[in-house]
Amino acid sequence: MAEIIQEEGKQKGGKKKAKKFSTHIDMTPMVDLMCLLITFFMLTTAFSKPKAMDIAMPEKKDDPNAKAPEIAADRTLNILISGNDQIYYYFGAADPKKPLPELIKTDYSKDGIRKILLQRNKIVFKAVAELREKVLTGELVMADSTLDRKTKELKKSDKNAPIVLIKADEKAKYKNLVDIIDEMAITTIANYAIVDISPLELQMLGGSPVPATPPITQ
Amino acid sequence: MPKIKLPVKSPHIDMTPMVDLFALLLTFFMLTTSFRPQEATVIDSPSSISEKVAPDKDVITILVGKDNKVYLNFDNGADTATLIRKEVLKKIAEQYSLTFTEKEMNTFANLSSFGMPAKSLKAWINTEDSKEKELLQTGIPIDSTDNQLNLWVRFIRIQNPNAVVAIKGDADADYKAVKQVMDILQENQVNKFNLVTTLVKEEAKLEE
Repeated sequence: MAEIIQEEGKQKGGKKKAKKFSTHIDMTPMVDLMCLLITFFMLTTAFSKPKAMDIAMPEKKDDPNAKAPEIAADRTLNILISGNDQIYYYFGAADPKKPLPELIKTDYSKDGIRKILLQRNKIVFKAVAELREKVLTGELVMADSTLDRKTKELKKSDKNAPIVLIKADEKAKYKNLVDIIDEMAITTIANYAIVDISPLELQMLGGSPVPATPPITQ
Repeated sequence: MPKIKLPVKSPHIDMTPMVDLFALLLTFFMLTTSFRPQEATVIDSPSSISEKVAPDKDVITILVGKDNKVYLNFDNGADTATLIRKEVLKKIAEQYSLTFTEKEMNTFANLSSFGMPAKSLKAWINTEDSKEKELLQTGIPIDSTDNQLNLWVRFIRIQNPNAVVAIKGDADADYKAVKQVMDILQENQVNKFNLVTTLVKEEAKLEE
């Protein structure tokens, strides 16, 4: 957009007039430069800051005789993660002396493992969802920290809430682990732990698990 | 009929408002930009619904790459470059009977994440060529025979007991490698850590 300087018409009578300087400054190069800089900054800016999820592992004890804490078997839900995005679950505990519990195959979709977790954690999930709804609609006004605390209290309130044990074998990917921990957050499950997989469970994985069955409806 | 005289328009456009706008945008971007820290490898973190912002100071970041190589970075906020990184490097040098000149230590202090056995640290610090630098990044050894990550974590935590640990794993990294890293952390009495993720909104609905 270079400025076109119009030649003035033929001067009359040979009189020399002082040239009128235009008050315009040619801003085109400046605009070009600014365009470039803006593009550069727009492309290099990292808008989304990385997020992080907290995870607490049980303390390791050196004492080999230390017993694992007893967990009520009827509250336990075991999730087994394997390679190729495969995921299985079973209820209760696997005891070598008793017949093995049924291993059910599911998937990471929202109709898969999430449905099962929600069903088990119905009471807490409802309570937490109600509380959040109230805060969202403005019925209840509270600070974020208070909301967090109340949510925690609600999570603890249900004495029958499931305890989820997450066990991954060597073929599992890191993504699978994060996905499952994320499901815990989505379905507001308070008690979960990442546990080492037992040989018995490996054997169950190696065997032929029951093919996908529709989730049990209560 | 009288002729309508059209005023002769100059082909010149007044660009002042445009320039104003550009200047504003430019200032905005310049002020809000936070440059992505340069990392030893490209890490594609998995997604989660967590909205907690990952810590950016007083943090030990352990990166687990796609190929299960382990990289390390530690940041202490203000005194990172002047103090912590040098002190930790000195300790590591002592452990593996290596010597670093003052200049090498200063260079190391200003670099970010790294992933190589202690013996190739010197070569990595002294190379200018980015391709060669990349070749030297073979991952920090984490197996039980030569557990260098363990030492690094220990020395960093002696220098800064408040440092939190963030694990930044690639979505395609093996669980086994991450688990190994977690075990090393637990050996160092770190039982709480952050898993770095990217935010994806998701919600569950209870079906009646």
